[in-house]
Amino acid sequence: MAGPIPLTEIQSSADPRTDDVALSRRRVRPWRVVAGVVLAVVAVLLVHFLLTNPRLEWDVVAEYLLEPSVLSGLGTTVWLAVAATVVGAVVGAVLAAAQMSAFPPVRWAATLYIGVFRGIPPLVQLIFWFNLAYLLPRISIGIPFGPEFASWDANEVITPVTAAVIGLSLVESAYMAEIIRGGLLGVEQGQRDAARAMGFTPGQTFFRVVLPQAMRVIIPPGGSQFISVLKGTALVSVIAMADLLHSVQVVYNRTYEIVPMLIVACLWYLAVVTLFTVGQRWLERHFSRGHTTGGAVRRPKKTPDGASA
Amino acid sequence: MTTEPALRVRGIRKNFGDHAALDGVDLDVADGEVVTIIGPSGSGKSTLIRCVHQLETIDSGAIHLDDELLGHERHRGTLRPLGARRVAAQRGRMSMVFQQFHLIPHFTVLRNITEAPVRVHGRSREEAETEARALLERVGLADRADHYPRQLSGGQQQRVAIARAVAARPRVMLFDEPTSALDPELVEEVLGVMRQLAADGMTMVVVTHEIAFAREVADRCVFMEAGRIVESGTPDEMLTNPRTARLRSFLSRHHDSRHDSGHRDPRHHDSHTTPQEPVT
Repeated sequence: MAGPIPLTEIQSSADPRTDDVALSRRRVRPWRVVAGVVLAVVAVLLVHFLLTNPRLEWDVVAEYLLEPSVLSGLGTTVWLAVAATVVGAVVGAVLAAAQMSAFPPVRWAATLYIGVFRGIPPLVQLIFWFNLAYLLPRISIGIPFGPEFASWDANEVITPVTAAVIGLSLVESAYMAEIIRGGLLGVEQGQRDAARAMGFTPGQTFFRVVLPQAMRVIIPPGGSQFISVLKGTALVSVIAMADLLHSVQVVYNRTYEIVPMLIVACLWYLAVVTLFTVGQRWLERHFSRGHTTGGAVRRPKKTPDGASA
Repeated sequence: MTTEPALRVRGIRKNFGDHAALDGVDLDVADGEVVTIIGPSGSGKSTLIRCVHQLETIDSGAIHLDDELLGHERHRGTLRPLGARRVAAQRGRMSMVFQQFHLIPHFTVLRNITEAPVRVHGRSREEAETEARALLERVGLADRADHYPRQLSGGQQQRVAIARAVAARPRVMLFDEPTSALDPELVEEVLGVMRQLAADGMTMVVVTHEIAFAREVADRCVFMEAGRIVESGTPDEMLTNPRTARLRSFLSRHHDSRHDSGHRDPRHHDSHTTPQEPVT
């Protein structure tokens, strides 16, 4: 037959009938060797720097790592981040629902809210809220343009704590709204149809069928969002709130041990974020149940003997 | 039983934009009757049963289930739409089986079946689970109770969906092309379960492309085209001797492209890519 020369004629030494790829040699990958050497050198330099540079003052780091004022600042940072995330998620869910409303003014209002609070830098917003008393000297509850039931002096209400919670929550809710909306849009319409067809009320349809499926999509970006809020709490040190950064600043303003004190803060931020990431992985697994075709998920009593035919 | 139909559809119309999906449809379904609806794609078959189950609203006409008006109530001499919870309660009295199954992916098979009885019909979990296991036995999936839907084949998922629909103890069961999304070799297991339901006296409305099945189980067959019912009657007289030219041409197109196999995916009956291998 005419055509290309068969391989057997080129590699005359081997018999093609005895070929077996299991007997092939490993391919040499020289760039991997180069990358490995470079990484090793960088790692050695880094460790050398960390151990031998006297200005890192590791003894100072160790001394202040468990200092009560630092731990109290850490506590403030964590609860502030949790509070902002919880309030932000609840308000964000309402905003996400509002953005999908059939009534246009509700959609416009939600879009405006998200645009404003996502568009202004959080630092500017925090300072703004802290100075709210200038704009609204008194805060009151009552009928608009009618009688008041209760009122407070804004200077007393807007402490660093309230300004921080309000400011961070507003920013957070704007971001969470977009994340939640994306998750809800990802649930196929057929699931809503099926839930309604079973006689579920709108509330049951949302909480039992739609939201658990949306959570799968919401949790990864929602977790990143929590991490950025946790780091974002460092901003509240500018309005003199005693968070982690502020508590180490108080120390180094007195002792001038700036670098070791910042290392204390860094170690704590990293520890909390790492711990949280572990929790997030667990949540992701929880909400992905039923979404893998592999072995019997979370119910290993029976083997899925050829279940996926 | 009274002579009143279980389900009464009168003059319903449904527009999607300018397109009239349903253009005046009347249909009575008697207690225990099995009605099959056939017709080309886009003829309004699925829209009809989705309207009956209130997954779509209707623009005019009325649907009654056991003489109760669906979706509206009389108020100060006129009709007004019911609230969402009342509509949900009405939906609970019928069941629907979907083309794409739509099992809830994060619930096990057992939970998919017990969820509506427990949450909607207020039965105890023990009672619902006992009944669910009995139903799984009937559809031949007793050993799959603790699996998740994604771990099952299409045919198995659809049988679970039918068990879920039966568990609600519905007055009427609606089927929306229940075998169209299945591989040919899985169609028969689902049809078998439906045959059994029909024999047990379930009131059923079945939208289907399986002409042979429509003929076999139906007390009455309905042919729809362009949002209207063109012809209806007992399946034998209607499918053997179609009175209208339109039904005749629908049936011939259907048979030509399907090689009388009965198991080809009918959504492709217009395409010219005829199957390479004969299907028996």
